[in-house]
Amino acid sequence: MIPWLPPALTDLLIEATWQTLLMTFGGAVVAVALGLPLALLLHTTGPDGLSPSTWLNRPLGLLVNAVRSTPFIILMVAIVPFTRLVAGTSIGTTAALVPLSLAATAFIVRLFENALREVDLGVIEAARAMGATRTQIMARVLVPEALPGIIAAITVTLVGLVGYSAMAGAIGGGGLGDLGIRFGYQRFMPEVMATVVGILILFVQGLQSLGDWLVRHFSRR
Amino acid sequence: MSDPAAPPAILLRGLTREFRGRGAPFRALDGVSLEVAPGGIFGIVGRSGAGKSTLLRCVNLLERPDAGTVSVLGREMTALDEAALREARRGIGMVFQHFNLLSARTVAGNIAFPLEIAGIPRAEREARVAELLPLVGLEARRDAYPAQLSGGQKQRVGIARALASRPRVLLCDEATSALDPETTEEILALLRDIRDRLDLTVLLITHEMAVVKAICDRVAVMEAGRVIEQGRVFDVFTRPAHPTTRRFVAEVIGHVVPPGTVARLPAPNAGEERRLLQVLFAGPSSTRAVVSEASRRFGLDLNIVSGRIDAIGAEPYGLMALAAYGPPPAIAEAVDWMRGLGLDVAEIAGEDAA
Repeated sequence: MIPWLPPALTDLLIEATWQTLLMTFGGAVVAVALGLPLALLLHTTGPDGLSPSTWLNRPLGLLVNAVRSTPFIILMVAIVPFTRLVAGTSIGTTAALVPLSLAATAFIVRLFENALREVDLGVIEAARAMGATRTQIMARVLVPEALPGIIAAITVTLVGLVGYSAMAGAIGGGGLGDLGIRFGYQRFMPEVMATVVGILILFVQGLQSLGDWLVRHFSRR
Repeated sequence: MSDPAAPPAILLRGLTREFRGRGAPFRALDGVSLEVAPGGIFGIVGRSGAGKSTLLRCVNLLERPDAGTVSVLGREMTALDEAALREARRGIGMVFQHFNLLSARTVAGNIAFPLEIAGIPRAEREARVAELLPLVGLEARRDAYPAQLSGGQKQRVGIARALASRPRVLLCDEATSALDPETTEEILALLRDIRDRLDLTVLLITHEMAVVKAICDRVAVMEAGRVIEQGRVFDVFTRPAHPTTRRFVAEVIGHVVPPGTVARLPAPNAGEERRLLQVLFAGPSSTRAVVSEASRRFGLDLNIVSGRIDAIGAEPYGLMALAAYGPPPAIAEAVDWMRGLGLDVAEIAGEDAA
């Protein structure tokens, strides 16, 4: 299929691409699902938020920072017991999804929080003056108003996940990065490395362009 | 429009609010009590930092006072729990200086927003939006986003949104301060129009006395967290009591004695005096006849230093500064005579008199 690679490697490449896609998008789905509520919680409990609460905001912020400051390769092995608990195994693509999701969540929370902070406080005040509940303000004001920033944050996280997923080989997660290391580097096959890098570049470019387009589409400012 | 038996639209009693930041606590409201009768437009004017914004935000409890009570249309807001307060807020519209529109929603979406919050079904929301768009003259911009609108158009959306849930009280927080003079005029005309058409009490705050003069019926002047003077706009404008009010009034009306005039006035002859008199005519009366007649009757020289005729609301008034030259008893007699004609005469010091 790919003329400059042996057929067996082509199959491996397809499998690795699939694994990378799974790790990237799977991690991103979890990150958004966990990250948005957490970011809303951080935002609402923050000093200028709808219901400021230092005792909730501080520990949560510290936890997020702790995960963010742990290098991913260390985070991956450090949480192996947790991974086994969640995924049932500590090896493989599914297992790799656990630390990837965790790292991506901590990453995206801060980006989401920044996006939410961009929402004009006056608009929130207007909603309060209309008698909106906190939930209504979050769902109908904060998130829709921050949507372009939220999409941009998801794009950045997806691109970051592509990079993190290259390290997933360390716990048998597979993926394009792992293939590049094992064949391109350890077996001296530069054509494999070049192909892997080429696919990754195309992939990241595609993600970024799509993200930028969506941001423009939803931007009304 | 106003029924004497009806409870005041807004009743504030002993409101105190202090802000503690870094440094000394700042007392934004220092025991403010205020009664706003139903109907009409009530203005609160003051410099920035006078506490007017905090006061306005206390009416719908966006800001909770440290002490005091707030009642709107007979309901004590300060006694309500969260759910009841939200419900009560739906009956109070609010217009903001910086419009505070949702950038992700169209004009129609913004106007429908308070109705959506209140759980009004879609068909009803759309019908209400269709009613409001022509009221604020935005039929053609129904599907535009706020970023595509001019400042004046944005404020029209803000006003339509504030009126969507048919409130009986409308709060305006410096609604025209971010607009250019022409657009301000346009928005004030809209507010006046709304007041005439709807059964509405408008409480607005502004730092511009011109806004008060243009649309308010009553006014309260605030300084350092207190109401220092209040009354009918006409009375406050024509007979300001507090020095701060006088300065505010002078901004719009101008000084009765333009700066530098007194120095240029001729000195009185020996045995005579020079007095500066401010004469206020409320209602239509001839200024000329009074001056010439007083001059003839009392043998005075009356020099008109300045004079103007203007109207506040529908009430015309004339304001004139006279330099009277003559023997002191004759001047006193002339003043009494003019007062007898129903004119408001006051002796003024000179340059800084308002």
